[in-house]
Amino acid sequence: MAVDPEALVGVTVTAPGTYEVGRAKIRQFAEAVGETSPLCHDVEAARAAGYPDLVAPPTFAVVPAFLGLREVMGRLEAPLARQVHGEQGFTHHRPIVAGDLLVTTAVAERVRSVGGNLFVTVACEVTDADGAPVTSARSVVVVRGDA
Amino acid sequence: MSPLATPPRTFTVTRADLVRYAGASEDFNPIHYSDRVATAMGLPGVIAHGMLTMALAARAVGDWAGGPDRVLSFTVRFTSPVLVPDDDEGVEVVVEGEAGEPAEDGTVPVAVTATCGGEVVLGRARAVVRP
Repeated sequence: MAVDPEALVGVTVTAPGTYEVGRAKIRQFAEAVGETSPLCHDVEAARAAGYPDLVAPPTFAVVPAFLGLREVMGRLEAPLARQVHGEQGFTHHRPIVAGDLLVTTAVAERVRSVGGNLFVTVACEVTDADGAPVTSARSVVVVRGDA
Repeated sequence: MSPLATPPRTFTVTRADLVRYAGASEDFNPIHYSDRVATAMGLPGVIAHGMLTMALAARAVGDWAGGPDRVLSFTVRFTSPVLVPDDDEGVEVVVEGEAGEPAEDGTVPVAVTATCGGEVVLGRARAVVRP
């Protein structure tokens, strides 16, 4: 690792651009996780349930959240293959729906070195086009040391 | 009486599922498709994306609550990897839940456990749902 891991704490990065949530993407993600709810596949069903468009499965939030997470983890210059997911949490202020234009801001909250591995805690705030909160995500990424 | 029925669910994960999830989630870490890279990293072989296991658990939670939009929060710890063999049978992940007392606002906490071959793969997993 070329960078001092401790220096990462407090680093805040907003992922470049906005992430536009498409219907096809929601359906593709739902299929990949086996989610068959009509809310994720059928626009009319989603609208009948009071949503403006298709509803994303709850863990779909990882897609926009990771755009921020990757920006932060990129600062460590550690190979992706050395990175293992340790913990993940989501708090949804509302479900993500098709048509959302999402912006993710990520902050490195904590870096711990345990037994040669690095535990990096990153909080990601996903907001919509109006700046309203959509999902708060917290990830712990374990960067495995050279065994 | 439990405020929410949480029948256990069993999900099968194959290598094909990992490929599909990698594409859908845009998580292309090679430890989820290459035995060569996975073993070089000290892993026993290709492992499932933790987020795929979490997504399957979230499916169970959503089904217990009445829909994917009813999962208000979900937090998990990836306690051990799900090793996915290069065969057609794949591996089974069992998701169990226990609903707690409803809060005043009607939301219900659910303690979730996911195991694979008897090993806990999602620990300290907690969801809050609005049934």
